[in-house]
This record gives sequence, C-alpha cells and structure tokens, in this order.
Amino acid sequence: MILGKFDPQKKQRFAILDEKGKLIAPEYEPKIDEKTLLKMYRTMKLARIADIRALQYQRQGRMLTFAPVQGQEAAQIGTMAALDKNDWISPAFREHAAMLYHNVPLENIYLYWFGNERGSRVPDDVNVLPVNIPIGSQYGHASGLAYASKVLKNNKQIAVTYIGDGGTSHGEFYEGLNFAATYDAPMIGIIQNNQWAISTPRRKATKAETLAQKAVAVGVPGIQVDGNDVLAMYAVVKEAAERARKGEGPTLIEAFTYRLGPHTTSDDPTIYRKNEEVEEWKKKDPLIRFKVYMESKGLWDDAKEAKLDEELEAYVKTTFEKVEKEGPIVTIDEVFDHTYATLTDELKEQKEYLKNFVKETAGK
Amino acid sequence: MAEMTLLQAINTGLFEQMRKDKTVVVFGEDAGFEGGVFRVTAGLQKEFGELRCFDTPISEAGIVGSAIGMAINGLKPVAEMQFDGFMFNGFNQLAVHAARMRNRSRGRFTVPMVLRVPMGGGIRALEHHSEAIETLFAHIPGLKIVYPATPYDAKGLLASAIQDPDPVVYLEPKKIYRAFKQEVPENEYLIPIGKAKVFYAAKDPNLTVVSWGAMVHDTFKAVKALEAEGVRVELIDLRSIAPIDYPTIYASVRKTGRLIVVQEAIKTLGVASEIITRVTENCFLSLEAAPARVTSPDITVPLARGEYHHVPDVKRISYEIKKLMSFKL
Repeated sequence: MILGKFDPQKKQRFAILDEKGKLIAPEYEPKIDEKTLLKMYRTMKLARIADIRALQYQRQGRMLTFAPVQGQEAAQIGTMAALDKNDWISPAFREHAAMLYHNVPLENIYLYWFGNERGSRVPDDVNVLPVNIPIGSQYGHASGLAYASKVLKNNKQIAVTYIGDGGTSHGEFYEGLNFAATYDAPMIGIIQNNQWAISTPRRKATKAETLAQKAVAVGVPGIQVDGNDVLAMYAVVKEAAERARKGEGPTLIEAFTYRLGPHTTSDDPTIYRKNEEVEEWKKKDPLIRFKVYMESKGLWDDAKEAKLDEELEAYVKTTFEKVEKEGPIVTIDEVFDHTYATLTDELKEQKEYLKNFVKETAGK
Repeated sequence: MAEMTLLQAINTGLFEQMRKDKTVVVFGEDAGFEGGVFRVTAGLQKEFGELRCFDTPISEAGIVGSAIGMAINGLKPVAEMQFDGFMFNGFNQLAVHAARMRNRSRGRFTVPMVLRVPMGGGIRALEHHSEAIETLFAHIPGLKIVYPATPYDAKGLLASAIQDPDPVVYLEPKKIYRAFKQEVPENEYLIPIGKAKVFYAAKDPNLTVVSWGAMVHDTFKAVKALEAEGVRVELIDLRSIAPIDYPTIYASVRKTGRLIVVQEAIKTLGVASEIITRVTENCFLSLEAAPARVTSPDITVPLARGEYHHVPDVKRISYEIKKLMSFKL
C-alpha cells in the first residue's frame, strides 16, 4: 500500500528511482513484464522525438501552434501503462505521450495540431477524448465516463483525466472530482504539476502547500509523486486503479514534474524563467532516468538506443509528411455534416449555398 | 387517455422512457429523493433506484460536464438545471463540449443527452429564477432546443428529446407547469423536433402570430378577444427553437400577409428577430405590412414587484396586434 503512507499535507513525495535512476525504494518496485517496460520506453522516446520534430516543423512554418510535452513523459506513460486498453482518457491538451501509449496514432495527434478535426477522429477501439483546451472541463467528462462505467460496467472501466498545476485553480476541477467522489465512480485524476501555468509560477497560483492535498477537500486519497519517475507513477496508478475497479472511488495524484519546453510554440519562456532552472530540471529528465533503470535490468544498451532512434525518426518523418500532404484537404461536406447526426434542412440549404458560391466564383 | 398538467406530462414521460430504456438516468440538484423543487422527477428514484435517479452536488458545471461523459460512455442522461438563472454555470460545458463533440471528433464521440431547464418568469420567484434565455442556446450550433407549451406536446417532445442522437435542451415553461390539464395518451408517441404546430386557426386568416412556451397562452387569449374586431389569426406554436420550422411560418404568412411574433425574451437579437428576417427574405412580396414583434424590453428582469413591466401580457399583445392590423399601404 502506497496511498495513505505519503501525506501530501506534510509535503511527503513518493519516489522509487532517484534522479540518477538508482532504485531508492526497492520495496515499492513494481513488477512490470519485459514487454511492457519496452513499450513504455519506446513510447517515451516516440513522444520525445515527435515533440522535437513538431517544434522544428512549426519553426519552419509547416506546423501550426503546438503544445510540447517534453519533460512530462514519465508522468503520462507511467499512468497509462498501469491501466487497461479499454479505460478512458479525458485529456487536457499536453497529453500526447499518454495518447500515444493508449493507441492514438501519431498521425492523429499531428493532424489535430496541424489544424484538422480528423485528428480527433480516433480509431473506434481507442477510448481517448479529443484534446481539451478549456481548462478544467475535462474533469467533468471523466466523472461522467466513470459514472457510466459504474452503472453499465460494474466499475471495471476507469476514466483517467489530466490537468496542470494552473488548472487546479479552476472550479470545474473541483466540481468534476467532487461529482465522481460523491458516487465512488472509477476515476483517476492526474495533476501534472509542471511548475508553470504559461508564465505564472505554481507558488503564485495557490496558497496550498501541495496540489495533492486538494483531495482532502473531496474526501478521496491524494498523493504527491515524483512525476519524472515512471516507476513511481506506475505503482501509484496501479493501486488507484485497483481501488477504482473495486468501487472505492477516485484518487488524486499530483505528478511533480517540469515542462522543459514552452507552453506552446507561441510562448517564449525565457521572459519569465531562468535558464539555470531549466538546466537543473534537464538533469532530472525522465527519459535518462528510465534508461538507466532499463540498462540495469539488462533490457537496454546504446546499440538498441541508436537503432530505436533511427526507426522512430523515420516513422515521425513519414507520418508528418503524410499529414502535411493530406491535412490541408477539408471539404465543405466535412465541416457541415457532423453538426448533427442528420443535417437539418437549414444546414442543407447553407451548405448548398456555400457549394454554389464556390462553384460560381471558381477562378474569378 | 388521462387528464394531466404539463408537469405531470413530463413526469409521466420520464417514467415511460426510463421503463423503456435502461440506460436513461435522471439527475440534478434535489432531483432524486425529493423529486426536484418543482417535483417534476417525483417518484422516479423510488421506482428506478438511486443509480438511475439521483441528487447531485450543487454544481451545474459538474452536472452538465458529467452528463457529457455519461452520454459518450453509453448512458442517456436527462439532467436538470434547477432554475434558468443557474444555467450560466453549466453553459460552458454545454457550449464548448456538448454541442461540439460530434463535430470535433468527426462523429467518433456523440452526446445524446437532454438538459431540462425550467424557463421564464411570471411566478413571482426570487432573483435569477425568471430568465427567458432561449436565444442564448439558439446561437450554439450542435444543440437542438424544444420548448413545449402544452401537456400533450411536453410528453411527445420529451420522448423525442430522449431518443435523439444529439444534445437537446428541453425548456419547461414553469409558469404553466400546473396551469391547466389536457388529455394525454398513456402510450408512447413522438412529436418531431423542428416541427411547429398550428395552435389555432381562424377561418380565412388575415394575421399570422408566432409564439412559444408560456406566451402561447397569453397570445391565444388576446387573439380570441380580438376576433370580434375582425382579426382572424393563425397562431403558430413554434415548439422547437432549434431547428425552427420556417416552412410552416412561410405558408401561413403567404396566406395572411401579416406577421407578429410574441416572445418573452428581450427584444434585441432574439428568436423573433430571426423569424422576421427570414420572413422578410422569403415572403417579401406577400407582406402587406412590416412584420412586428412583442417582446420584453432590453433590461434586466425586474424582481417580482416590477415584473409586469417586463414580460408581455395580454393587454400589450392586443395593443400591438391592433396597431399592426390598422396599417394600410
């Protein structure tokens, strides 16, 4: 049992690996099979490479505004690896690592940020809601997804939802969590405390000592975890998931982490934070830490790393090129037809009008 | 057939749909044990249990947000806003998510939910309990909006709303919840969303009047009283605010040549504005006078003692109809 042992009101933080990747709490080391560990590492790498390339594409004018995830991969991959394929994600907007692990194709993620709704049309067997930009509202959706699981699936399907440190000031964060808590619905709330809400530092956003202690107000377990420690995240979420599936309700987990990149490509973090701070956090990079652990298990080495890098770089490049080619194509039918299940007469008329306009004025 | 009030018709409709479809869940502030402050959901928790009919925290954003999640994951939520004036707290979820989810996921995720909102004034209630805000909903693509004026329509529209694949805002004219009774079939029947009804048709009509919600009845009183003065009205009850049934309105105006729209909401940019614009665009050559409207003024709803200055009443509706009928080209 981890929950309950680390009191967020006493600023106790749970970790299994230290910043160098050394096992410091072996008694909590989760038993994760080799295949899963490899998938976790591979997805962390994919998220990182896709992110770096997206930033470059954006700077080249080939991508629109993009919110990079760099630095937070462990907080997300640790969560998703501990859950089932059928569970839900109700994301905020910086969750590509979690989405990739939960089988959202990179093509979809790129397509969305490229400016095309088809990106949010995830495959039928993928339970991941679209990117959620209005801060906080995703907590309500998770609570409803979880309530439906309670009524229809005996709590066996969990809804996990993410929010940032800044988002915890939002009323809907509280309302969604409290709603789920009231009915013991199977929900897990992850706060990715990446220290910055655009330019507002964590300490200016709330007087609360930790964000995990906000769990106390709704009467659910809360814990602060080293969010750059993928094993700690995995172990805690596993426990939260067991509780949820037994009908014991939500858990709130604060992943203490850092946004290494800008808020979005439109943001310049050098205005509000010091480079030394970023450099300090780069030393705590979750990927380095996890790699050391994988090497210590004999599962990874430099040769494998080089091969994986090469493979993922090629995959990211091909995927983006496809998106760059197909993404700009949007038909008039496409922007009208999903307003309702069946187009209203009014919309049919407006669609015809637009089509005729395009036809009549073509080349003029 | 049984005689019932509009409130009883909604309640009966909820029982009917919950019996028919096990995925229908009903919830809201005090909507479970007590049956809601108006008792619209009375008895449901007793029959269907606390999982399917329950009280929620006082949390409109939580209610609408959770309803969205429930709908995406296989339930048919019928959520209640306790009063129109509290709707604004839930508006964010309705506008940015419920209405858009189908479109932004290109059909992968849909939100077949119903949001019941008691609407309008005239009951001498507290501040924020007497808003007429159908226009605000009507400006959000992706929502359907119904607003019954009779017990019969209330039950039939509720069944359609619950079975609709898209989010439906179901507005309830709270002023006439218990005002009168009407024969309502006990078996299920559907009233299609987006179809208006000719509520009253005088022979050889010379005026089209369009209204909806509680205003239909005040309008009808005015219309009947003016018959002696040669005003022969076709009164259309809109029933659906989105989509609006324009063909029914056009057909009537082409017969009568005159149109007046009566709404409880404020004047500027209302449903009346849109109807008049459309009629002007589509029936211009049939018009014998400029279309008119009777609305509340563009002010905050006064508290109970001053409310009569705001909401149109029979006297003001009659006054405006007579003015319109006296116009000669």
